[in-house]
Amino acid sequence: MEQRSSIPSARRTAAPGAAAGAIEAHELAKSYPGDVRALDGLSFSVGSGTVFGLLGPNGAGKSTTVKILTTLSRPDAGQAFVSGIDVLRRPDAVRRAIGVVAQKSGFDREATGRENLVLQGQVHGAGTRAACARADELLARFGLADAADRLARTYSGGMARRLDVALGLVHRPQVLFLDEPTTGLDPEVRADMWEEIARLSREEGITILLTTHYLEEADRLAARLAIVERGRVVAEGTPEGLKGELRGDAVQVELAEPGDGSVHEALARLDGVRDITVEQRTLRARADHGASAVPAVLAALEGRGIRVASVTVARPSLDDVYLRHAGRTFAEAER
Amino acid sequence: MTTLHHSWFMTIRHVRALIRQPIWVFITLVQPLIWLLLYGALFKRVVEIPGFGGGSYLDFLTPGIIVMSALFSSGWSGMALLDDLDRGVLDRFLMSPVSRVSLIAGRLAQGALIVVVQSLILVVLALISGADLAGGPLGVLVLIAGSILLGWSFGSLSNGLALIVRREETLIAAVNLVILPLTFLSTVFMQRSLTPAWIQDVAKVNPVDWAVTGGREAVARDPDWGLVLGRSALLLAFALLCTWFASRAFRAYQRSV
Repeated sequence: MEQRSSIPSARRTAAPGAAAGAIEAHELAKSYPGDVRALDGLSFSVGSGTVFGLLGPNGAGKSTTVKILTTLSRPDAGQAFVSGIDVLRRPDAVRRAIGVVAQKSGFDREATGRENLVLQGQVHGAGTRAACARADELLARFGLADAADRLARTYSGGMARRLDVALGLVHRPQVLFLDEPTTGLDPEVRADMWEEIARLSREEGITILLTTHYLEEADRLAARLAIVERGRVVAEGTPEGLKGELRGDAVQVELAEPGDGSVHEALARLDGVRDITVEQRTLRARADHGASAVPAVLAALEGRGIRVASVTVARPSLDDVYLRHAGRTFAEAER
Repeated sequence: MTTLHHSWFMTIRHVRALIRQPIWVFITLVQPLIWLLLYGALFKRVVEIPGFGGGSYLDFLTPGIIVMSALFSSGWSGMALLDDLDRGVLDRFLMSPVSRVSLIAGRLAQGALIVVVQSLILVVLALISGADLAGGPLGVLVLIAGSILLGWSFGSLSNGLALIVRREETLIAAVNLVILPLTFLSTVFMQRSLTPAWIQDVAKVNPVDWAVTGGREAVARDPDWGLVLGRSALLLAFALLCTWFASRAFRAYQRSV
């Protein structure tokens, strides 16, 4: 059998002069049978060597986007490029260039960690010896060396996720897709995974597309992020920039009883209080100076006979960004 | 070349998974022996029925059990594919540059290996029990080749169906629905002339019967090679048809993701 000496570098397959964006999605649309519109004109662009977050609740279209960009699925309309390669025209070239860590663990449970890694290397065109050497390297790096020859079915949740990431890196891709990499992990394991993702970006310059429904995860890892809601990007920018767009502080008031229209009426004429929303017993608003707005808000509510249980003032968070662009809170969208 | 390489890697993967379940392997290999000994004893005297043509029932039954075992073991091939599908293994491979053909071919190659081992064990047991496979090694080779083609066909059908129904329960029901009737609608157990006319008609278009009659002829004394060749050609055509079906089902799956 023909033996190739090394794992071919994915970098060679990239089209020259395609440095504009490592990932480009343009007006992607996709519907599933039963008239389920998963994507509705979704566009974004990811700079080379950065971590880009797609943030949104379950069902927003994040996984569908990843499936299209990784050639698993085809869009009904739109275009996409990864490392300058047309995803629709040259799917095989894209497959050589990317690493994927899917939401669902995709390793073979009846094989050992080592066997999984060696097979993945062989599938990417490496000779057996090179594939074995690369597997050893990755097993050591991801702390799986001791478990290398155990069946993968015996791995703990954190080990399984590390094996998934190792599988995605076998052929040294320049673009890595991480679809909900920390969903279902213990907080401690999640923190380790965050550290690993940050290291991949920092030390190896890999472009990473991260999807998540954890606001904290996007805030910590992503240099830029897009908020996805019902198959569209509703906001895009750096986490700080998006938070900065929200002028002023978030004022949150817990009412004693569920609020109605009278809450809006009560606050309508207050100066410097904007973006008023009421969900059940929670009233949210934005104020230029939170601390000084609170007495006025409380007085206005009291004047209408609306009783207040508690009140908090906070600097803007990504949750506030989400609320503003999606028109509902993240927790509500997740329901 | 890539397709061959990848199919080889996938075959190794499936065979390795197989030998990690020694009890399963043991049962798969022992079950046909039970069929051979049980049916051989139960129907020992049917050869005395006028019109059967006499001879030893073991001689008659051995090719039938070899073909039946190939059918039974290959029918379940799609179950492992369903497991890969549910666990995301299939999708992971589809996001890699792996040869698409190898994802099914590796499973069929594993199935062929099972057929070969099963058949050889059956031949040895039959010889020990006093069967006379007059056609010799060449005849046995042709018999096993026919069983591999039949196993390949039903393995393809099983994998294709798995990709369409995507439910274990449905696949199990479908396999059970098909394999026993196909066995009894053939000449595995009974001489053609002693079966009802309608069964004789159905048997003419039953691939299981093609494999049995072709294989039985090949191991007989002075085989009618014309008949063997005819049945083999039919089996080959059927195997190609089933392979085509599996590849269509595979493409339909990819479109549905």
